[in-house]
Amino acid sequence: MIPTLELATSDRVPRFSSLWNLANPTRFLGLADRLLPWLAALAAALLAVGLYLSFFVAPPDYQQGETVRIMFIHVPAAWLGLFMYVMMSASALGTLVWRHPLADVAQKAAAPIGAAFTFVCLVTGSLWGKPMWGTWWVWDARLTSVLVLFLMYLGIMALWRAVDDPGRAARAVAVLTLVGVVNIPIIKFSVDWWSTLHQPAAVFRIDGPTIHPSMLWPLLVMALAFTMLAVALHVAGMRNEILRRRVRSLRLMEAERLDAGVETAAGAAR
Amino acid sequence: MTRAFLALVLRDLRLAARVGGSGAMGLVFFLMLVAVVPFALGPDLNLLARIGPALLWFSAVLATLIGLDRLFQTDVEDGAIDLILSSDTPLEVLVAAKGVAHWLTTGLPLALCAPLFGLLLALTPGAMLAVAATLVVGTPALTFIGAVGAALTASLGRGGLLLAILVMPLMVPTLIFGVSAANAATGGTISFLTPFLILAALSLVAIVIGTFAAAAALRQSA
Repeated sequence: MIPTLELATSDRVPRFSSLWNLANPTRFLGLADRLLPWLAALAAALLAVGLYLSFFVAPPDYQQGETVRIMFIHVPAAWLGLFMYVMMSASALGTLVWRHPLADVAQKAAAPIGAAFTFVCLVTGSLWGKPMWGTWWVWDARLTSVLVLFLMYLGIMALWRAVDDPGRAARAVAVLTLVGVVNIPIIKFSVDWWSTLHQPAAVFRIDGPTIHPSMLWPLLVMALAFTMLAVALHVAGMRNEILRRRVRSLRLMEAERLDAGVETAAGAAR
Repeated sequence: MTRAFLALVLRDLRLAARVGGSGAMGLVFFLMLVAVVPFALGPDLNLLARIGPALLWFSAVLATLIGLDRLFQTDVEDGAIDLILSSDTPLEVLVAAKGVAHWLTTGLPLALCAPLFGLLLALTPGAMLAVAATLVVGTPALTFIGAVGAALTASLGRGGLLLAILVMPLMVPTLIFGVSAANAATGGTISFLTPFLILAALSLVAIVIGTFAAAAALRQSA
């Protein structure tokens, strides 16, 4: 029987009390089990609506024709790749500064999801670039900094696997994540700071979006769908990581029990 | 505090100079890279002169990476890291001392000998000077960014490859601006100062952030 922790929340209620209420892994698992079907259903529904809007309702571009529809996958994937890194950085702060027990788990679960979205962004961008620009790849500021983001994700995932103890690994990865967070504003503003082949910002601008509403709405729906998908995957990943750690604790306890059993048997035989 | 800082710098310099220390290995590796690249590219001097600054910078990055392994590893192995961690002097000061000593034994010799190795790549004197200047200003960034990775992998034992994977993406901006400055000095559309000053800024920022991040990483792993 796995002992569960109960926080004494009656006397001290911290400011971020809802986050601290979830610090108990068992309570979080219960919440995750209840939420996950809804998140998954919402993500599936939004994806269905978004894909329909992207492929059948949005008009073809006057210059690019039907190829512009790659944008409805490429741009949300890029946004989510950045968003997951920011999520990891916030979790890293939770690990280092507040020592929130689930911040470790949140960090670890976010890394592969963010890496996957960044990879999708790079691949779809490359597929879009060949017909549009005539090249699969170009070393301009936006593409280079997103590639660096992808390499950072891979480095973070490598560091997770390098350290045995999950707590120590989490703190090491947290430091690395926070050092790398400087790349996020560089990616965002790269098209403004350098002259790039990649087109300038068209949605998140001070003067407002420059995309026509008939394309902007499908894009936003797809972005929301991808976000729900990322959140669902993240919650599922956190749940899996908590269960994985419990399995590890059980294995360690079993190994200790066998160790003690062997020793008492040896002591009794003497 | 200054005495502790200087004592650690001198200790590291002495250790590097003695048998078993890194000595001039970083410099020798740098020379090997510069010497081996023309075997791969062919002896066309025009081509080598055109990409010479970039080759020297790339070799500097690799030579620094190779030498970063032993920044904290040797201290972890012989237990000196415990003395450093439990000292009265703030850990950041001591980490900065180790970084300075590493730069003095790796980055600075690289930068000063780069013009000489530039001869192998048929660089003009102007290009040689530019490469040396950018390397002097840019190698502190390489050392201190690398110190973060070295601190993260110090307790891992066989962390060499992981260190390179973690640290190379962070070294990319330094490399970009270093080569840009070196190329700008020998002609081109931008002035030398623009990327050079940004490179200097990168070094200064890296010294600060690298020191604090490496100290945080060392605390977590001990």
